[in-house]
Amino acid sequence: MEGTALLEMRGISKEFPGVKALDNVSLTVRPGTVHALMGENGAGKSTLMKCLFGIYSKDSGTIVLDGKEVDFKSSKEALENGVAMVHQELNQALTRSVQDNLWLGRYPTVGGIMVSEGAMRKKTREIFNDLAVEVDPSAIMRTLPVSKRQMVEIAKAVSYHSKVIVFDEPTSSLTETEVEHLFRIINMLRDQGCGIIYISHKMEEILRISDEVTIMRDGTWVATRPAKDLTMEEIIKLMVGRELTNRFPPKNNEPGEVILDVEHLSGKYTRLKDASFQLRKGEVLGIAGLDGSGRTEVLENLFGAMTKESGTIRLHGREIHNRSPRESIKNGFALLTEERRATGIFGIRDIRENTVISNLKNYLVGGICLSNKKMAEDTAWSIQAMHIKTPSQSTQIRSLSGGNQQKVIIGRWLLTKPEVLLLDEPTRGIDVGAKYEIYQLILNLAEEGKGVIMVSSEMPELLGVCDRILVMSGGRVAGEVDSKNTSQEEILTLAAKYV
Amino acid sequence: MSQESKQLQETARKAVDIKNVGNFVLNNALIILMVIAAIYIAIINPNFLTTGSIINIISQTAAYLPAALGIGGCIVLTGTDLSAGRIVGLTACISASLLQSTLNMANKMWPEIGALPVFVVIPLVMLVGAAIGAFNGFFVAKFKLHPFIVTLGTQLIVYTMLLIYVTLGNNNGMAIANLDKSYTDFVKGPLFSVGDIAVPRYVLYAVILTAIMWFIWNKTTFGKNMFALGSNEEAAKVSGVNVFATTVLVFALAGAMYGFTGFIEGARVASNTANTGFNYELDAIAACVIGGVSFVGGIGKISGIVIGVLMLRLIFIGLNMIPGMNQNFFYLIKGAIILFACALDMRKYLTKK
Repeated sequence: MEGTALLEMRGISKEFPGVKALDNVSLTVRPGTVHALMGENGAGKSTLMKCLFGIYSKDSGTIVLDGKEVDFKSSKEALENGVAMVHQELNQALTRSVQDNLWLGRYPTVGGIMVSEGAMRKKTREIFNDLAVEVDPSAIMRTLPVSKRQMVEIAKAVSYHSKVIVFDEPTSSLTETEVEHLFRIINMLRDQGCGIIYISHKMEEILRISDEVTIMRDGTWVATRPAKDLTMEEIIKLMVGRELTNRFPPKNNEPGEVILDVEHLSGKYTRLKDASFQLRKGEVLGIAGLDGSGRTEVLENLFGAMTKESGTIRLHGREIHNRSPRESIKNGFALLTEERRATGIFGIRDIRENTVISNLKNYLVGGICLSNKKMAEDTAWSIQAMHIKTPSQSTQIRSLSGGNQQKVIIGRWLLTKPEVLLLDEPTRGIDVGAKYEIYQLILNLAEEGKGVIMVSSEMPELLGVCDRILVMSGGRVAGEVDSKNTSQEEILTLAAKYV
Repeated sequence: MSQESKQLQETARKAVDIKNVGNFVLNNALIILMVIAAIYIAIINPNFLTTGSIINIISQTAAYLPAALGIGGCIVLTGTDLSAGRIVGLTACISASLLQSTLNMANKMWPEIGALPVFVVIPLVMLVGAAIGAFNGFFVAKFKLHPFIVTLGTQLIVYTMLLIYVTLGNNNGMAIANLDKSYTDFVKGPLFSVGDIAVPRYVLYAVILTAIMWFIWNKTTFGKNMFALGSNEEAAKVSGVNVFATTVLVFALAGAMYGFTGFIEGARVASNTANTGFNYELDAIAACVIGGVSFVGGIGKISGIVIGVLMLRLIFIGLNMIPGMNQNFFYLIKGAIILFACALDMRKYLTKK
């Protein structure tokens, strides 16, 4: 990896009220290389990139792009000077067409004000052809599946013909074939001499695609090394600052008798069809499958968050209906939703309110007045039992890290004393250290005799935590495997059964 | 293929057909109901569909349209504009006062100014409207205030400006009337006649403004930026859209439209007071909502707004023609239409789970 630097960020610091988000961080990207940026959530990766892209203004430090010092004041400036970015959160105008999104901020015009639809369509086709993206340019964004929207976003970043392209967790909503597609695009960009900054939590991806890896921890630079000299264990060690000997805690739960029996469950407005399975006391049942295979639908139909078409649910042999989340909670169910920020937390409300919200009737004094004392006691229990790191109960939940937010929500559900916990991607967007703690919590619950159903797109996690794994494919149950005697290959084969 | 499976397929196809018809009816329910209402009124009162009545409906639609076209942009940005009516009032009074007849100097508000040419007054009042609109937009974009709050504030501020304006010069708070013939002819003069009933000229102006606004919304970078901003502000920002300028411009453009409405109203009302234009924003917002400009943001069509204004006028004029109809019920019907329209509109954007 010879050659001069394309991008050099030196001694970048950035402080938010009360937090030092970046402390003297440096990053050097050479042309024609993929530079991975790794670190736990809250390590400052995205903040560093936002400083580069003109979304945040850095407090100190210098950024040199192509031998020239730059300090972008807006995204527009960054884009015009050859820096493009695929953002972590999908930032799209959903009510507008694909091509309107692609050229937003730089519409091809006739005479400066009139948008040339023809030129726009032609240029969109060209880019989609170059990148082999199969999306109709005039489709309205909201009608596309999330993975296609992400591919449009990637095509958009490439279309700026930038020198430096930042990919901030681009694969979180992509299927495996699309990840391969993305990697082909990245390799192409690398061959063209672009400098790629690649942020991801997925170690396998990092080791495959990147040339160099920079690791950050708590807003500081930890190490920069060639990817070929690194192993997964070393990366984790550098990220966490200590050695993680095991990725999964020991399993001591013992599945007992069947408590939940689901037969022929089908969704009315979703693709879920004819799902039958059982759950035992003290068991962790995993649900595997590709994106869109109906994993989430199993949980949400079971919980009454989606409308059922048909099917029977028996809890301890007694038929229940779970027509709405309210009814399901009364029946002893709890659902940890997939999109924590959108449907899990109440961001601007404090830890206490977020903890007691599903259980308010238990804090009523005389039937109308909520007792602050009782709520504080239960919240204190949750903070202690879940090992939640928070300055106080009155902290806004959005200021906590993803892992701590997730623990607050698990605590919320435990207060309702559920018998069956439905966990949808419980460790999504959570850093490695906190994942271990979440696994521990899940296994503890099973040991206490609760039944847990857990959806995950991370295969190792299913194999490490679950007793049995249900594999979904095309909205149907493709098979069921024992996690002790199965392999990732077997699960993948089942997952492709009805695709 | 067996007989049975053929039958099954047939049933499935029929079911899909019925569902499609149902969706069509629901998506166009408002228009269907309005047409039924119009037919009903036409049957019980044959005067409803006479040439005179139809021209009346078209003229009124034309008069209310520009303000609705302006406010539509604010709604696309998930905002609203409560100051529209007072801006219409202010610009109507300014237009009227600058275009009073010179034949009766004693009652003229500004005797020292002769009657100005209309082509000086039109840009002037549109500029006044645009300036107030830009003021709204500045507060919305700079301080991230909700347009509801900002325009509630400017509504009151503009009302004071209006109250003071009508006391200036020789006017002493009287109604501003006695307009110059060049002004009233320009606005109300016959465009063409159907039989012996004339279509006023301002219908043509509304058509021209509608065409211009259609072009701005659909064909310009500004229009596309406006929709993108209403759909997802963050996406617009990181794509390099100048969010501040776009927001200010949307409100300024709306202001210019109110200014033009004021110019038309000045001549149409003929006797202008501080009450001119009162509550115009509510009809304009209602028309936009009926026409499918969604408060969800980033959604709306010029054709929808035209239909919305037309529907509202049709119903108002129609209700007046139902014998024995109690006027007090007009507001109830208007309210019901707005609720019904919004509920139908939201139905399109909800995904069933």
